[in-house]
Amino acid sequence: MKKSAIKSLLVRNVWDENQVLRQILGICSLLAVTNLVSNSLVMGAGLMFSVGLSSLTISLLRDFIPHRVRMIVQTLIIAAWVILFDIILKATLPDVSRALGPYIGLIITNCIIMGRAEAFAQMNPPIESFFDGIFAGLGYTIVLVIIAFVRELMGFGTLFGINVNFLGLETWTIMVMPPAAFFLVGVMIWIVNNIVARQQASGGGKRG
Amino acid sequence: MGSAPAISPFVIFLASIFSSNMVLSNFLGMCSFISVSSEYKTASGLGKAVALVMVFTTIINWLIYHYVMIPLGLDYLRFLIFIIVIAATVQIIEMVMDRYLTDLHMKLGIFLPLITVNCAILGISLFMVIRSYGFWQTLLFGLGSGLGWWLAIAALAAIREKMAGKELPRGLEGPAITFIITGIMALAFVGFSGIFVVM
Repeated sequence: MKKSAIKSLLVRNVWDENQVLRQILGICSLLAVTNLVSNSLVMGAGLMFSVGLSSLTISLLRDFIPHRVRMIVQTLIIAAWVILFDIILKATLPDVSRALGPYIGLIITNCIIMGRAEAFAQMNPPIESFFDGIFAGLGYTIVLVIIAFVRELMGFGTLFGINVNFLGLETWTIMVMPPAAFFLVGVMIWIVNNIVARQQASGGGKRG
Repeated sequence: MGSAPAISPFVIFLASIFSSNMVLSNFLGMCSFISVSSEYKTASGLGKAVALVMVFTTIINWLIYHYVMIPLGLDYLRFLIFIIVIAATVQIIEMVMDRYLTDLHMKLGIFLPLITVNCAILGISLFMVIRSYGFWQTLLFGLGSGLGWWLAIAALAAIREKMAGKELPRGLEGPAITFIITGIMALAFVGFSGIFVVM
């Protein structure tokens, strides 16, 4: 496939139709794992792995899956890839695996994967579907890391577990508690909505 | 019966409604929580359906996990098996309701298929395995989590109904303000966390 096609998929999935900020999908894990940057990176990697390969598999099998039972077949394909990731993670990073607890398994019910399967992989060729999935996962990971960065910095005074609180400032415990996650996501959506509105006001944005 | 016999099922029941509410402190079931909460009636209907499915699926998953998967050494397949059980249970509940409880089915019918991919359902099955709950603990955990989810979505929908049509800063309408309201609700629920033994 052409380079420009890949690029347009990238821009669309990471910015124009960012799964989290524009489509409000995949919120559960987004909120739960974002109190540490390193956990968020692992979670993002897990999602990219699962969504990319699930989209690839679903796209390869798209002519063989009967339309009526496609949801359950898709769920099973996704579950298979998530199990694989869970096993790899347990073998390589057992501590992170324990910290993420059930949220790795919950990638199965992450709406982003099902969303890409239904909206894209079902009717597009395998390679495109694979990149579409990877980029959707990338858009999710970027949001995840931004939120985790703010929460870890303000809540623990650390980044990647390294203390960066040189001035000895008071840390905000609220930032590592659930409510802060909701506030940050809300504010981020607000900011992005305003940027998009401004772009549209000043001559139709950067692309159609 | 697992390694956590000390926590009484009743404490788990109360804790899963208030202090460790599925939505507000474990962030499970957010997708439908945000998107189906603009109308009180619909939201409450979905809440009831989720609570119903949650109780059935956790119990069935507990039985299958302890009497089939552990003896056969199939622990690593639990994601796959749980999701199949959930999909099948939802289907069966729908069929039974259609036959015997037609009124209720008319009301909840449209929500049932949606519930299969509600991550709160799969989430509590995974929590029950990780925390190695016994039978009664699991039963009350499922019931409490379901009621807690219902309480949260009904409360959010009621707030959003009151807010409908009010003027908001540009770009804050819709999802953004919903998250901020949920944050304030979560803040209120944090207040419960000292009351019960935190899990």
